[in-house]
Amino acid sequence: MVDVPLTQGAAGILLLEDGTEFAGRLEGLTPSVGELVFTTNMTGYQEVLTDPSFASQIVVMTSPMIGNYGVAASDAQSSRPWVAGFVVRELRDSRGSWRAETSLPDYLRSHGIAVLHGVDTRAVTRHIRSLGAMRAVIVAADADRDAARARLEAEPAMLGRDLVSVVSTQAPYVVEPEAEAVAEIACLDLGVKRRSLDLLAAEGFRVRVLPGSSTVADVLSTNPAGLFVSNGPGDPEAVTGVGAVIREIAEAGLPVFGICLGCQLVARAFGGRTYKLPYGHRGGNHPVRDLETGRVEITSQNHGFAVVEQDAAVAGAPTLTITHRNLNDGTIEGVRHRDLPVFAVQYHPEAAPGPHDSRYLFRRFVEAMRATRSVPTG
Amino acid sequence: MPRRDDISSILLIGSGPIIIGQACEFDYSGTQACRALREEGYRVILVNSNPATIMTDPDIADATYIEPLTPEWVELVIEKERPDALLPTMGGQTALNIALALADSGVLDKYGVELIGADTRAIRTAEDREEFAAAMARIGLAVPHGGFARSAEEAATIVVDTGYPAIIRPSFTLGGTGGGIAWNAEEFDSKVRRGLELSPITEVLIDRSVIGWKEFELEVMRDAADNVVIVCSIENFDPMGVHTGDSITVAPAMTLSDFEYQKLRNAAIAIIREIGVEAGGCNIQFALNPDDGELLVIEMNPRVSRSSALASKATGFPIARIGAKLAVGYRLDEIENAITEVTPSCFEPVLDYVVVKVPRFAFEKFPKADATLGIQMKAVGEVMAIGRTFQQAWLKGFRALENDRVGWVPADDPADDRLRSSDLESLRAALRTPTPERPFQIHRALAAGVTVEEIAAATRIDRWFLDELADIVTASEEIRQALELSPVLLLAAKRLGLGDGELARLRACPEADVRAIRHANGIRPVFKMVDTCAGEFPAATPYLYSTYESENESIRTDRKKVVILGSGPNRIGQGVEFDYCCVSAAIALREAGVETIMVNSNPETVSTDFDISDKLYFEPLTIEDVIEIIQHEQPDGVIVQMGGQTPLRLARRLEDLGVTILGTSVDSIDEAEDRERFEALCGELGISAPEGGTAMNLDDAITIAEKIGYPVLVRPSYVLGGRAMQIVYDGEMLQEYFAKAVRASPTHPVLLDRFLEDAFEADVDAVGDGERVLIGGVMQHIEEAGIHSGDSACVLPPYLLEDGQIEEMKRWTRAFAKRLDVRGLINVQFAVHGGRTYVLEVNPRASRTVPFVSKATGIPLARIAARTLLGETLDDLGMPDDLRVREVAVKEAVFPFNKIPDADPLLGPEMRSTGEVMGHADSFGMAFAKAQIAADGSLPLEGTVVVTVHDRDKPKATPIVRRLHELGFDIQGTAGTANYLRSRGVPCETVLKVHEGRPHIIDLLLSGKIQLLVNTPLGKHAQQDDYMIRRAAIARGVPYTTTLSAASAAADAIIALRNRRLHVTSIQERSAHLEPENRVVKKPLATHIPAIDR
Repeated sequence: MVDVPLTQGAAGILLLEDGTEFAGRLEGLTPSVGELVFTTNMTGYQEVLTDPSFASQIVVMTSPMIGNYGVAASDAQSSRPWVAGFVVRELRDSRGSWRAETSLPDYLRSHGIAVLHGVDTRAVTRHIRSLGAMRAVIVAADADRDAARARLEAEPAMLGRDLVSVVSTQAPYVVEPEAEAVAEIACLDLGVKRRSLDLLAAEGFRVRVLPGSSTVADVLSTNPAGLFVSNGPGDPEAVTGVGAVIREIAEAGLPVFGICLGCQLVARAFGGRTYKLPYGHRGGNHPVRDLETGRVEITSQNHGFAVVEQDAAVAGAPTLTITHRNLNDGTIEGVRHRDLPVFAVQYHPEAAPGPHDSRYLFRRFVEAMRATRSVPTG
Repeated sequence: MPRRDDISSILLIGSGPIIIGQACEFDYSGTQACRALREEGYRVILVNSNPATIMTDPDIADATYIEPLTPEWVELVIEKERPDALLPTMGGQTALNIALALADSGVLDKYGVELIGADTRAIRTAEDREEFAAAMARIGLAVPHGGFARSAEEAATIVVDTGYPAIIRPSFTLGGTGGGIAWNAEEFDSKVRRGLELSPITEVLIDRSVIGWKEFELEVMRDAADNVVIVCSIENFDPMGVHTGDSITVAPAMTLSDFEYQKLRNAAIAIIREIGVEAGGCNIQFALNPDDGELLVIEMNPRVSRSSALASKATGFPIARIGAKLAVGYRLDEIENAITEVTPSCFEPVLDYVVVKVPRFAFEKFPKADATLGIQMKAVGEVMAIGRTFQQAWLKGFRALENDRVGWVPADDPADDRLRSSDLESLRAALRTPTPERPFQIHRALAAGVTVEEIAAATRIDRWFLDELADIVTASEEIRQALELSPVLLLAAKRLGLGDGELARLRACPEADVRAIRHANGIRPVFKMVDTCAGEFPAATPYLYSTYESENESIRTDRKKVVILGSGPNRIGQGVEFDYCCVSAAIALREAGVETIMVNSNPETVSTDFDISDKLYFEPLTIEDVIEIIQHEQPDGVIVQMGGQTPLRLARRLEDLGVTILGTSVDSIDEAEDRERFEALCGELGISAPEGGTAMNLDDAITIAEKIGYPVLVRPSYVLGGRAMQIVYDGEMLQEYFAKAVRASPTHPVLLDRFLEDAFEADVDAVGDGERVLIGGVMQHIEEAGIHSGDSACVLPPYLLEDGQIEEMKRWTRAFAKRLDVRGLINVQFAVHGGRTYVLEVNPRASRTVPFVSKATGIPLARIAARTLLGETLDDLGMPDDLRVREVAVKEAVFPFNKIPDADPLLGPEMRSTGEVMGHADSFGMAFAKAQIAADGSLPLEGTVVVTVHDRDKPKATPIVRRLHELGFDIQGTAGTANYLRSRGVPCETVLKVHEGRPHIIDLLLSGKIQLLVNTPLGKHAQQDDYMIRRAAIARGVPYTTTLSAASAAADAIIALRNRRLHVTSIQERSAHLEPENRVVKKPLATHIPAIDR
């Protein structure tokens, strides 16, 4: 799998919407098509692959050595990899780590994921950074270019695309805490990561995971103490229906905590708008300031859309205030409701991959639930 | 939180001379800190005894004190300067220890000086292993189980629990000095005793052995608002058991999953908070059990360190600069990221490349020493290499080592890979012991088909690394066996990271042929940027490395530009002095408006700071790597004269490839280096040199030696630092020498010179512009001829030379400079023997003494020289013919003998010092005293002196000993010496030699009954006795001298110390007096490092 023997491997290319090509060596099924994005996480390739937010995206890892520590089931954030394709500088078939159960190439092969390796990933990254995320296709080097381009053109653009229906659970399921549950949290699964559920359960709650298409009645049927709106892929504007559910539940007085797509939908629920960032925020090193405490947290990020700001407020949503801001580009990273126990962050406090600086937010959610209902103190 | 306005002046303590474990990384950090604080408008006061540093240049701090780094002397600076605050975290352990001592003695309180960056409680909690263990327990982290012992008996009870192997770490010592691994009770006892002796608080820690565990380091920063970031993770290739300074290290960590990495990150954040570093940085070391992931905290350093310098270079995040800003109140988010200039510093750098650091050892200088690597650091330098993959960085790192190998390749002779023979059994056994050669043994093992599993079991190196190396070996074999080096195969090899030299070796062809094929096929490297953000944001700072990929990010400008070739890894003989010269050149050229492009591979240096030059290429200084940069940049010229032998070795080949070498011509350099041509040159100029000759083999050498007469000085040609230089007294010694030295440098002949016994030597540093010559200074050596000039103390102005001799040396220097058409620096070494002056060497390049002369005269010689390389004249620069020194300046050498337990501290023609200090005062005695205190920490003012000298030294020793007696010292001597002294009327007790019964001289040394030792070598038969006496002095920290001239100077120094008030003077005060004398001011050089113009 590595570049040894020296000339091994089938030649492949990454063909971009603007006609640019990058060469590499190919593994897996082609053509593979999706929106081309990069992430700067230096660890956690398995978490990236299995994060449903990456659905229909070809992900470039800026970190060059990928596969070094193999794959361990406990690191998976969902049942399978969601990326449309994977572009790396070096792919390693190691399984030497004490935690590894299989190697990354074997894992990708078993899921049929297309991998282009040996790529000048830094050049790809700089290209996206300059020109913005765009559609791309991975094909064999000798593949017919017209056919490849046609396949690329057939792929819907990310703007206006609802992918929640693709990644969300079809049926509700429950994640139990270790001890007897203090109460229940309803989770709207828009592409939830396993670590979010684990962290909520670790706070002593039973988590009922509901399909993204659930109604208010579905959510309230088990009398939850709060609503957790998960992360997920695609354009928030295309995810219709969830906003109304969030708003009705929030106005019923139930605490609501949103993450990433959940944050965008919370904003939209109260009148806010969202827009597509040129190339998004994806990585584990973005500084975010908590405007209430002044503290800076290093955050895990994975989003291509953001909440629109106007005159230092959430545009169109006078009941929301901005609570967090990205220090790199100043974009909105968190909002809360002025009166209701509703708050959300654009980044990923559950991490996996990335730093754990923001885990306090799960505790904050628990405290909100305690404040509004007789949830026993744990 | 903006900058603090309640303080206005800040004292910064440097780290002193370069020693093993504390090298020029602290010049890098301290320089950055000084600049960062001055930028904020603070008055910066600096104390550092090491003149060979950029930080002690007059324009880096407001008041610079080149004074001894002891609490007493620093107190004098505080008394005089009254700083508001003291920043103790930039000068290594030396600065921290002094700051603690000043806090304990009440000096800081007395003068109202506030410690910033780290407070005493934090320093103590981190340093005191018992308190540290307790602190870790409070936050739920574990340390290797063990305990503290204050006696050997206590230690013996602890080891019952920890078992063997056990780790012994003395408390409060530098670079792990005195630490060790014990595999049995006997070894344990002796190592504990040594550790107790070396620990200033007589305490050792006995650790549970975690030998073979994975080792990681995290660099952490925290601001006063409690924001914390991890700057870099570093993974050690060599597992626990090898000091991290001796280990190959890799950044970022290669084998950690996110799950494991975040565990380390969380622990690191908890640690910096618990220890209480309020505003600054720290380095934390972890051990991880490879079988189950158990995590232990090894140690935490609440200051900048070698690792933080490496992390800064590896990521582009300037830790020292940011640390200084945090110390004066800024928050991380208020400081701009100097690389991107668009994002704040409150973030964690991400790397899209791999960095490998490879240590550089100098065991060839210490043939008696044990080369086993353990927990006491033994490396003298390091290189860093950047590649897009681990394999690229690994191969580049080994290519950069400058150890006469073309890269990561086994030696032809198994002995050079520290193997008894080439058989597999010898190899398998050797793999178990970490030594500098183990990476080459691994190469041999992989090539011989030993499995990765077996190597992993023997070395405990993580399999991942070994798999990577196995791939390189497999690929190499494929290249060796290929029918031809096709363009496809060549490109694949270059992408893997193999150097042209390695490919040439595999294909058994000249390196130039590989390059020719490569260039013919357009296979060229591209240059990528180190940008802290993996390309997420545009970067403003061109900090570059090469790789073989598609996109080139290095944009050539239209400006006039010059490439400066650096000096590579520090080693004995080529240290920080040459980096000083390279940085000086960069500053001078930028002042002149020329774009400067630095090439260097040493992460410890100021030259590889990304804002010293307009462009920085972090690359090996091999012909391949350098020529690719030059052909890309197309500079107006290349400077090879500042970086020591490293760039000089490339000069001829660069010129052959059409590169313009600035300054003195390559032919002139050759004329000075080549024996025959140099003799002809001396003859032509009518200058006398010792008789000598060039030998291609032993027979030649014997003929020459018999012709010129023994003793002769022998050395290989083209060496620096007296590598393999020796005084040979007879034919037998000459035979023995040839058996070894010719192997030391197989491609070059050996030079023989008549050795001028009892001569004394002088060095002259000068700058030529083609017309005039500026004499920087004539430095007289204190030790007599036969001691390497780098190991000898020297004094400026000379104190024993006659005016006529000084004038002759100046005249001859000018004659050489003119005849060789020297543009830039020239160094000439002279000897005075029987009233006659001889020239020993002419080096038309930067010398080791350039920084010393610059500090003593206040005139930056290397900067002046750099300007002459641009065609400016000394007249243009307003320079006189001679520089004057105000008062007296003494340079003293500092040796690594306490780090390398088996090395003989006897001085000789082979250089072995690692660093230098300077003493500057109004008399020779006081200047020498300052230099001694700066080098050793003390000179006795009373007590007992033991004298044991060679028969031929006795007459000269007598007046010196008499002076010491008159000063009130008790004099003791071994029988022969004592009898002689008594017969000359000097009262002297007899002390027993080692074989004469007890208590003997070593007993007295070890029991602290001797305060000064004067021991000149007693000849072959007494070598072992002498050696043990000197080692005992080192073990007890007893000042000793092995030459009479140094003993005499020591007597002068003791008189000065006893009779005179101690006084400190800043170099700025001194040069205020010197300005008018040293300049015919026409066009002064700017006084600040100019801002980078982009």
